[in-house]
Amino acid sequence: MDIFLQQIINGLVQGSVYALVALGYTMVYGILGLINFAHGEVVMVGAMVALTSLQVLLGLAVAPVLAILVSLFVAIVACMALGYTIERVAYRPLRNAPRLAPLITAIGVSIVLQTLAMMIWGREYHAFPQPFANSLHAVGGAIITDVQLGIVIVALLMMSGLMLLIHRSRFGRAMRAVAENPSAAALMGVDINRVISATFMLGSALAAVAGFMVSANYGIVHYYMGFMLGLKAFTAAVLGGIGNLRGAMLGGVMLGLIESLGAGYIGDLSGGFFGSNYQDVFAFFVLIAVLVFRPTGLLGERVAERA
Amino acid sequence: MKFNLKSKPLFAALVIALLVFPFVTDALLGHGWVRIADFALLYIMLALGLNIVVGYAGLLDLGYIAFFAVGAYTYALFCSPQFGLHWPIWIVLPLGALLACFFGVLLGAPTLRLRGDYLAIVTLGFGEIVRIFMNNLNAPVNITNGPQGISMIDPLRIGDFSFAKTHEFLGMDFTTVHLHYYLFLGFTLLVIFVSLRLQNSRIGRAWMAIREDEIAASAMGINTRNIKLLAFAMGATFGGLSGGLFAGFQGFVSPESFSLMESVMILCMVVLGGMGNITGVVLGGVLLVILPEAFRHGAGPLQEAILGKILIDPESLRMLMFGLALILVMLWRPAGLWPSSQHRRELAPDEATVHQEQETVYDASR
Repeated sequence: MDIFLQQIINGLVQGSVYALVALGYTMVYGILGLINFAHGEVVMVGAMVALTSLQVLLGLAVAPVLAILVSLFVAIVACMALGYTIERVAYRPLRNAPRLAPLITAIGVSIVLQTLAMMIWGREYHAFPQPFANSLHAVGGAIITDVQLGIVIVALLMMSGLMLLIHRSRFGRAMRAVAENPSAAALMGVDINRVISATFMLGSALAAVAGFMVSANYGIVHYYMGFMLGLKAFTAAVLGGIGNLRGAMLGGVMLGLIESLGAGYIGDLSGGFFGSNYQDVFAFFVLIAVLVFRPTGLLGERVAERA
Repeated sequence: MKFNLKSKPLFAALVIALLVFPFVTDALLGHGWVRIADFALLYIMLALGLNIVVGYAGLLDLGYIAFFAVGAYTYALFCSPQFGLHWPIWIVLPLGALLACFFGVLLGAPTLRLRGDYLAIVTLGFGEIVRIFMNNLNAPVNITNGPQGISMIDPLRIGDFSFAKTHEFLGMDFTTVHLHYYLFLGFTLLVIFVSLRLQNSRIGRAWMAIREDEIAASAMGINTRNIKLLAFAMGATFGGLSGGLFAGFQGFVSPESFSLMESVMILCMVVLGGMGNITGVVLGGVLLVILPEAFRHGAGPLQEAILGKILIDPESLRMLMFGLALILVMLWRPAGLWPSSQHRRELAPDEATVHQEQETVYDASR
């Protein structure tokens, strides 16, 4: 029972991170119909910037809480600038181009960011500073750490904030209008380019927070970390129904749970034939199965194919 | 294609150029570059196979390398000390292609009713699944030897003629890279021929009809599911074939060669060159193999010549330039370097009408 509970906790923590990253994918997809392949790298850049800023601040003997908050802020700002630049340079000129063209530029951006990060921060694994003792709490036979608790809480806050922003604010309404029908939104006086830029920045801010969380949770930062994380988060977004915000959150949490439960129980289920190294296989199998029965994801609606 | 291959002198010149190419390269640039040319040919085969799926039928496949892996591992398992099997390539190459084709159908059958990007992520997942299986099928029963991969694979051999030894004809030494060049060239031409014939066949036109508008295509009596499945199967077959050749040439396979990045690379070749146009895809394949290699060899000395010291290590610079090139080329030519004339026709003339047409279609389907 306690293993089960432990896997649920791990899954929820991992799932919260996936959900935050998946939101970035799904917002961009909802508006532009574009897979922002470089989003995973934005997460990585967020983690790297946070790392450097934390190291500097802690080196200057700044109070740990302040250091964490400032680093988070720096990472968010850096990622927002990065998201804006990526959209401006790689996607905006191609808005009316064939569908696969922006996908290729996205791959290009992703390669460039990864290489730049490798040149700046090196190939090695960096230890992410831990200014606090990460104390453990027992929850019904399972263990949850401070950091994990923090991740779940912050993720919940961010997501509720995002939902409020999108469903209650003027900007959110503009965003939904552009996603619904860009030309009609433009006729109603919405500045489409501004909305799209803002969407990218919003997604990148979430990515920065997610990057900070992953690094704090695992204690390790690496220039290659964004790739797999981005892939998983995109899978989560598709699982929930891409273009759908609630779907991204649901998909993220579900993918986290599926993965950790899969890793925990796949050995027992298959009589010891498959070990936990088949964790990813399990996740992708579930994805394929879900899509076979619900071709537009869990919460997706039937949408017309965009050419 | 701008130039007409029916003009005899041009055709003859092309044939001669292709035939003497390895010797000229060998003399000018060295042995390593002939080897790179061999790899370029393998990649061209892969790109042409993917072109059927992405370029003709318009199905985005992000796990194409899985079929390459199936072909390569088939060859590796049946022609190496791993199981002590040494089957002739007559059997193994077709078997690899057939198995890849089978996997293509296996993946396609349940998933082809998915649309656009959903299909992309499912194929991506499939590619990862295949790679993870290759990586982990060393326990409890050792089949693929796990991350170490399979080594000491038999070289390609036809009867007693081994491609891994130097042979002498007409007083010239044909080393192993030269021999592979001609072998791969033969296969590449075969793939090009099949692609060309498919392009203008009933099936090819059905693929393009599906790519342009699936509903209209099915209203015209095309069995869209079967035709899409056929595209998947054909693409996978080419992938499997070139996988087998790769294993025989390399003598070693490991899961590392079949990562998602490789699928992405092949997709880049197709899109960068010009989707749906065979010349464009070949160009894309050549460029994406040659350019990074050129950088690998040229970046260090070039920096020393200009700056007097090595500022950025060549490997990083290579990736950096590669990423930038992808972005810049797509910004400069969104339809690819050499788009098919059909695409051009759709893109160029009378933008306003086309736009209006599309808008109405959208509005109707909303």
